[in-house]
Amino acid sequence: MTTMSEFERLLHSALAPVEPPGALTERLERRLTELTDAAVDELAEFDPSALRDPRQWGRLVTAGVVAGTAGGALILVRARQKQRRSEAHGLRALQNGLREVSGDMRRRLGR
Amino acid sequence: MATAVDKLELDREFSDLYRAHLRDVYSYSYYRIGNHHDAEDLTEQTFLQAYRHFARARAESNGRPLRPWLIRIAHNLAANYHRDRSRRPQTHLEDAAVISAPHGTEEIVEEREEVQAVLAGVAGLPEDRREALIMRFAIGMDNREIARALGRSEGATKVLIHRAIKQLEERLKEDESDDDE
Repeated sequence: MTTMSEFERLLHSALAPVEPPGALTERLERRLTELTDAAVDELAEFDPSALRDPRQWGRLVTAGVVAGTAGGALILVRARQKQRRSEAHGLRALQNGLREVSGDMRRRLGR
Repeated sequence: MATAVDKLELDREFSDLYRAHLRDVYSYSYYRIGNHHDAEDLTEQTFLQAYRHFARARAESNGRPLRPWLIRIAHNLAANYHRDRSRRPQTHLEDAAVISAPHGTEEIVEEREEVQAVLAGVAGLPEDRREALIMRFAIGMDNREIARALGRSEGATKVLIHRAIKQLEERLKEDESDDDE
């Protein structure tokens, strides 16, 4: 192992890490949240009847994916549980599950 | 829906990456750009771009740390920033004002002058050497991480850092002896 020279110590002190300003942290977290919120909106406004069209399923999954906050994860887990419980009812069960998911998301977001 | 749940896990991992390396990206950006305002923009753009490409980067990382990938994004954005600035008409003074010490004003003047001399020396180094020193000393990256961030071999990176330190040390000694005369 090499020892640090006096000059390297000076470099360490000159190039000390810089704390990001609080305003940046707030702004950045807001921007990242906006990305997930956009997906939440898409999911909440999704017309369940469109699920009859398999081409729309990818859109739904994508919306769920981007809405990946801890709350979003919980919501999706619940949607899967509901879907599993009523698997015999197929598409209708999934539609109902999605309506509840949308309502849940709106409540969480205070909309 | 299994894919969606996997992706939710991915988003949580991204949050962890963000929290762990926000200071690294900001420090790197600050020392590359030289002012807080643009360093903030660069940091923001770095994380937004990282968010968009996180899934692929994670898949290709084979479990290796993602900090070098994150810093490489910041490195590319900083290069774009400098290229855009060089196209715009500006005074030489703007060019020269590369880095100033971000530390508090209570530090003693002598130490501050020494630090400013080092920062000016770093700013005057060739780009690859300057990059390597910022990664090593401001962020604490090891040779392997720096090599990945710069797209070089570990051996070449070790040599690069050694030469950067040597060049900087010699330059500062020369400046000191010029001042003494």
